[in-house]
Amino acid sequence: MDKKISIEPAKYSKSWPWKMAWRDSRKSRGKLLLFIASISLGIAAMVGITSFRENLLKEIDGQAQELVGSDVRITGGRDLPDSLLQSFKEMTGDYSRENFFASMVMFTESKGTRLVQVRALEGAYPYYGSIETEPAEAAIRLQEDRFALVDQKMMIQYNAQVGDSLQVGNLTFQIIGAIKGVPGSTDVSSSISPIVYIPFQYVEPTGLIQKGSRINYVHYFQFDPAIDTANRWGKAAKHTESKGFDVETVEEEKNETGEDFQNLSNFLELVAFTALLLGCLGVASSIYVYSKSKVQSVAVLRCLGMRSNQAVGVYLIQVTLFGFIGAFIGSLLGLVIHMYLPAIVKDFLPIDLDPTPYWPALGVGIMIGVIISLLFGLLSLIGLRKISPLSAIRLGFNDQRFQFDKLLIPIVGGILLFIFTSVYWQIQSLSDSLVFSGILVGSLAFLWAIGKGVSWLMRKLLPENLKYVWRQGFSNLYRPNNQTVILITALGLGTAFLATLYFMQDILVERVSLSAAGNRPNTILFDIQSSQHEGLKDLTEAYDLPIVQDVPVVTMRLLEVKGFTKDEAFNDSTVSISDWAYSREYRVTYRDSLIDSETIVEGDWIPEIRNDSIYISISQNFKDNLDVELGDELVFNVQGALLKVYVGSFREIDWRRVQTNFLVLFPAGVLERAPQFHVIVTRIDEMNQSVRYQQEVVSQFPNVSIIDLELILKTLEDVLGKVAFVIQFMAFFSIGTGIIVMISSIILSKFQRVRENVLLRTIGASRKQLWTITLAEYFFLGSLGALSGIILAGLFSTLLATFLFEFTFIPDPVQILIVFALVTSLTVLIGLLNSRSVLRESPMEVLRREG
Amino acid sequence: MSNDASILEVSSVHKSFTSGSRTVQVLDNIDFKVRAGSSVAIVGPSGSGKTTLLGLCAGLDRPSEGSIALTNVILDRLTEDEMAQIRNRDVGFIFQNFQLIPTLTAEENVMIPLELQGKKNARSTAKDLLDRVGLGDRTTHYPSQLSGGEQQRVAIARAFSNEPKILFADEPTGNLDEETGQSVEHLLFEINREKGTTLVLVTHDIELAEKTDKIIRLKGGKVVEIKEKSQELSFNTAADG
Repeated sequence: MDKKISIEPAKYSKSWPWKMAWRDSRKSRGKLLLFIASISLGIAAMVGITSFRENLLKEIDGQAQELVGSDVRITGGRDLPDSLLQSFKEMTGDYSRENFFASMVMFTESKGTRLVQVRALEGAYPYYGSIETEPAEAAIRLQEDRFALVDQKMMIQYNAQVGDSLQVGNLTFQIIGAIKGVPGSTDVSSSISPIVYIPFQYVEPTGLIQKGSRINYVHYFQFDPAIDTANRWGKAAKHTESKGFDVETVEEEKNETGEDFQNLSNFLELVAFTALLLGCLGVASSIYVYSKSKVQSVAVLRCLGMRSNQAVGVYLIQVTLFGFIGAFIGSLLGLVIHMYLPAIVKDFLPIDLDPTPYWPALGVGIMIGVIISLLFGLLSLIGLRKISPLSAIRLGFNDQRFQFDKLLIPIVGGILLFIFTSVYWQIQSLSDSLVFSGILVGSLAFLWAIGKGVSWLMRKLLPENLKYVWRQGFSNLYRPNNQTVILITALGLGTAFLATLYFMQDILVERVSLSAAGNRPNTILFDIQSSQHEGLKDLTEAYDLPIVQDVPVVTMRLLEVKGFTKDEAFNDSTVSISDWAYSREYRVTYRDSLIDSETIVEGDWIPEIRNDSIYISISQNFKDNLDVELGDELVFNVQGALLKVYVGSFREIDWRRVQTNFLVLFPAGVLERAPQFHVIVTRIDEMNQSVRYQQEVVSQFPNVSIIDLELILKTLEDVLGKVAFVIQFMAFFSIGTGIIVMISSIILSKFQRVRENVLLRTIGASRKQLWTITLAEYFFLGSLGALSGIILAGLFSTLLATFLFEFTFIPDPVQILIVFALVTSLTVLIGLLNSRSVLRESPMEVLRREG
Repeated sequence: MSNDASILEVSSVHKSFTSGSRTVQVLDNIDFKVRAGSSVAIVGPSGSGKTTLLGLCAGLDRPSEGSIALTNVILDRLTEDEMAQIRNRDVGFIFQNFQLIPTLTAEENVMIPLELQGKKNARSTAKDLLDRVGLGDRTTHYPSQLSGGEQQRVAIARAFSNEPKILFADEPTGNLDEETGQSVEHLLFEINREKGTTLVLVTHDIELAEKTDKIIRLKGGKVVEIKEKSQELSFNTAADG
């Protein structure tokens, strides 16, 4: 058998696979549409967010001066010394000053009281942008007389009008305008802390600046181009900062705001990416079923002489083309979304955003779409390489045989690399990207294992004596061409994501609500001067309110730690005491015992002076900032008097309780005679009583501020509501994609099931029986997908609660039940809706249509 | 065994499949030759190994033992892609269930072998062939829009489109009614004669088998009879062997 072998390579034109791909796609476009839809929403979300981010950064760049309102802003806990002020004045054209602090105000007409941020302004600030008011000229008139500008929302809330009066401290101001916007402020920040502007000249007469009052002193400067500051500016700024002031230029503000919003957009992008990843699952599942439907065609083509790689090539071209179309549609949709995003997040933006298309995002979106299609398509398409031409003459020859293909390794590697690179591209942090990618891949692996495990368990454990329709429905979970793994993964990931958002939102509200639960205090009065102390106690008792805590507070500054002054510590590289530890003002209390929110974790609590030495207790969390150990020496400046103390113990403090807690605790017998102010903590159960009590406090003691937990809760709910709206908007893409993936999985599995359902109908299965079979299958898939997702969400929530919010996450059975019921019923509903044609029509009709 | 006129030589071919721990011998020591331009029918009861033998002869599968030479090329020395190339160049197929690509029109189905060869006039050749099989007016129809007989005629046009040296037909009339089957049969032999193609077909239909030059009868994976029209000779391969 000495035969001569002469095999010429194929000569077909390079365009033929493209022609073949196009021709073949004509009858498959319906199925490929599902594939398109799977990635479109994810790409849309990504492109939308990226465009939005670029717009935002560009606008922050362009509107940076309006964010600060000036060229330079200097802020400090005390007034800028004259020498420093003078040196800055010499370098700038104009300057304004402002004191801001928290204080109670009372609307004289309605007697409504509220803790606000009072800003006392002098000068032409803002130099860039404006304080937007209604009427518009009110901001300009502010300093003409005893006028006030008041946050517009607060005015609406308290039913106040322009022309009404507002009591601030000892003075009453006429409201001449409602504030609509302040440079650098957002809707959210103003609802947390509403702003009231008053002229600077009236600060002293209000009587609000007293001992212990926490006043912020701000100076705004405007550069004059004619003044050369080149050599002097840096030196002055550095010197000022070394004195504990914060010098902020437009550039710094721009960077800080950019970073803040980078975090916001990172979060939104990760949400979008999760939607995209769900879409990837859709792609993988669509192409899996699509490639299954092509087995016979490939076998015939192989018979006719097509090489295995050529066959893969034809379908890969299709997948790439349709991926391109899907990504293109998604990118266009993304550009539409980005036009509306600014409106969605406007409450969080300190600037006006005029959306303009960011075309590179479109390009990146299309590229990512094509890469996803290729990678996730290839997962299934490479299986076509192993199709034997024998399948053309022996039906089912290739069925049920899993043949490992070495190409799977680079493809799976490519997918992992894609996930990691995409995440890194969005959040720009190697470690965070690794953690996020790891969690994603781990979650997918977990869901995949559940799906596989269920199939396996069903096969092993399905009881023989179960009623036929249920047995048939459940056995669909492991029979050939089942969608168990893909549906459980898609449903599980979608559920996990949404349930985590839901649980987290609840954790945050609950955390505050719990603080007010039971008999815990809910009202704190602070800035009480010693002269007012007894009077306020009497007033509180007159209202039958308990004085839960009555705490003296002494302010002081830290001079030395372990013998190091601030400058010495700064210059010694072996010392790691934070700068902030020296520059902050300490508010300290003294007692002879610990309270129930404190636990000693190191050392001993020494309640009095011992051996002429004072031993203080420091918060465990603050230990690192001070870089101290037990026995180390500290020197405090207590309003002029130097006090040497030693570290006696470290305490763990439960900061969540509504009560006064202190970083530094002195023993009794040291600070009693130091100048001090007081804090009183009480509990008020009735709303009316609370309103009356607050009105009385503000009337009698106008400088005393009140923190009302009810108000905090309301504000928090308001802010969280806004956050939730943004999250829900983004979550829509995940839900949308999840539903599309679910629909596509179900429709594709319908193609698999249609023949056997028709056969069952032909041999006499009733419609009710078929409904029950379908219901059993989708109920089980839905409930298992929901349950897996809830388990993951529980895990995510526990991690977030423990590490981010420092709170114990206790799952709420009602919430779990709601999520479970929603996901399960949605799956069953979509499953039954998609199967209704098979269930309703005659077998012949279905066969004719489905081919 | 060498014979210049042979287009297909099957020498001591065995084929077995393993299912779990069990090995099933499907073909056992098969030997025969097919002359170029002749027609051969492989017959036998279900499960006798007819289709397996056809698959091996056409280079769709490899024997467990023995050797097959198709168009003077020993198939077991070739890679999968080289076998695909041989099929595209020298082989035509007709299947019992037609096996047209459902997503392509009749004309496009016929064009595939030509396009795989890089022929430039694929469309006009396909049109001519469809005219030849009487479907000149159905070129743009999809398989689902054609009757069974029409689909098999498209399959015949496709099988002859690359002017193969040898044509393998697996139960070509098995899925058709008698009248349509006869018409397809007639067409198949007629074009075969015109083109001078070698025809190897697997069939249950004795009448169809009788129309070929040689009948190879299989039973239990063995050749039990080879009957050539010219010699009217019967013998057992075991005796030959």
